[in-house]
Amino acid sequence: MLLESTEKNMSNETLITGKKAENAIKESLFLFTLYICVTIAILTLMTLIYDVLSTGTTRLTSDYEVGLITKIQIDNPVDFLTTLDSRYPDRAGIGPAFAGTVWLMIIVVSVTFPFGTGAAIYLQEFAPKNRLTRFIELNLTNLAGVPSVIYGLLGLAVFVRLAGFGRSVLSGGLTLTLLILPVVIVASREALKAVPDTIRQGALALGATKFQAVFRQVVPSAIPGMVTGMVLGLSRAIGETAPLIFMGALTYVNYFPDTPLSGFTAIPIQVYNWIGYPQAEWKETASAGIILLLGLLLIMNSLAIFIRNRYEKDL
Amino acid sequence: METKETVQVNNESVFNVTDLSVSYGDFVAIKNVNMDITKNKITAFIGPSGCGKSTLIRTFNRMNDLILGAKVNGTITYQGVDLYDKMVDPVQVRRRIGMVFQKPNPFPKTIKENITFGLKVNNMTDNIDDRVEKALTQAALWDEVKDDLDKNALELSGGQQQRLCIARTIAVEPDTILMDEPCSALDPVATKKIEDLMQELVKEFSILIVTHNMQQASRSSDYCAFFTTKTSDDGKRRTGELVEFNETSVMFTTPDKELTEQYISGRFG
Ligand SMILES: Nc1ncnc2c1ncn2[C@@H]1O[C@H](COP(=O)(O)OP(=O)(O)OP(=O)(O)O)[C@@H](O)[C@H]1O
Ligand SMILES: [Mg+2]
Repeated sequence: MLLESTEKNMSNETLITGKKAENAIKESLFLFTLYICVTIAILTLMTLIYDVLSTGTTRLTSDYEVGLITKIQIDNPVDFLTTLDSRYPDRAGIGPAFAGTVWLMIIVVSVTFPFGTGAAIYLQEFAPKNRLTRFIELNLTNLAGVPSVIYGLLGLAVFVRLAGFGRSVLSGGLTLTLLILPVVIVASREALKAVPDTIRQGALALGATKFQAVFRQVVPSAIPGMVTGMVLGLSRAIGETAPLIFMGALTYVNYFPDTPLSGFTAIPIQVYNWIGYPQAEWKETASAGIILLLGLLLIMNSLAIFIRNRYEKDL
Repeated sequence: METKETVQVNNESVFNVTDLSVSYGDFVAIKNVNMDITKNKITAFIGPSGCGKSTLIRTFNRMNDLILGAKVNGTITYQGVDLYDKMVDPVQVRRRIGMVFQKPNPFPKTIKENITFGLKVNNMTDNIDDRVEKALTQAALWDEVKDDLDKNALELSGGQQQRLCIARTIAVEPDTILMDEPCSALDPVATKKIEDLMQELVKEFSILIVTHNMQQASRSSDYCAFFTTKTSDDGKRRTGELVEFNETSVMFTTPDKELTEQYISGRFG
């Protein structure tokens, strides 16, 4: 009894040391630094968005009165999306570039999804765990970090020249596919890895074949994660300019691509061109293009978040 | 299944295990196992942690095939067929010899889909609703879930999940059920339910169960195998061995081996 009570007293003394106040100062200082960092990042982003919005929206609303020749002036978002480029900033639409980006997205998704998920499923579920597999895994992670211009050069060599697709939207789409394939494979593998082994064992113990266990239990559980990876990869692809320019995408295209072998331009390339012109009005047109690109990215990232949240709720 | 009655009278054995050993890489986890498992009886495996009970029970439906580096030596015959014969398809083995795991592992789907998955992969899609109801009834779960078969199975309690796992196992009509500590994640009430369930199921199936619970082994099993670990000569590795295999009533009153007695009475292990 005696021993117990002295122990208690001792612990009480160590309780009241004044250390709490000291720690609190340290902690709040640290938190403060973190807040500063976050604020700087957010402020930069906000300034950027504000700048683009304030310049670009005038271009997309009806009380735009600047241009000299205002006969077929484009002053609303729908026209902006569907009209051809022009020599006059107030008449220039982003039509061909928008169509080019849509083409690219279609090609990228239809090639990346089967190949990306296929490769991930094979590597994660079926590949023998040997040196070759480990070598491939290591290189996939490395490939995800290769600068995007390198993929442009590869696209030029392989799709434009070797395969003979020319500087077409197909070559562009395939180049962007190569660019995001490693990212998509890695993300899909993570999604498969997150499916607990007990699910596989449970399926096999019921007399399912390996194939049935993987395709009826494991993959369906991983699909939301795979789709999220796909969407994030795609949103990276549509923002890329460098690989397309290196691959030789035409910079001035004033027609809508109608086959996969058509020449094309894409939103970021178009914006890049407009910004290069000396007249101040082009800046507004370019900003309108940026707003469009930002909007697309926002939609896709929201989609990814939406899918992920729904999936978490299901579990 | 028609020959059930005669089988019970005959005390026919369903598995014959001869000189079985299992190793992971060059580590021998369990060796020198010889036993005959009787049909339509409950056989319990007991022994201290790490003596290879899970390793052994996995050899009965070739789940060890899935573990990298696991190697089985010796023979296990199932109804006279060598389970590890080259011509034997492990998928067919697992279809006949079901397994319930230590941790409930329902698929993250509806209750009904948990049962129909096994039925579908085994082409048992006729009368699917009847089969679902029968399996859930046999697993003593039907009354609790009959109104929400489309509810996600992960919303069930742990005990209900485990009974669902038993239900999906018996739905594909195996003739043996392997259970690796099926009650270790459950409270006494849920445990009691599963023990009662085993007594019902054993009329139709042969049951092998690993348990750490001596009362469970003595209450609910007909035969009991006691394993322990022997330390290798260099003192580094511990290999599991079968110490005694006996009728449960004998094992828990007058065991043949001193070691068994010590373990059961809690003086060892
Ligand atoms: N996948 C594995 N790879 C390598 N060694 C393993 C593997 N699984 C089990 N072992 C080893 O085999 C031995 C027996 O393990 P096992 O899981 O069969 O024991 P157990 O009797 O089931 O124990 P417990 O009562 O704790 O479940 C242990 O030494 C363990 O470390
Ligand atoms: Mg175990």
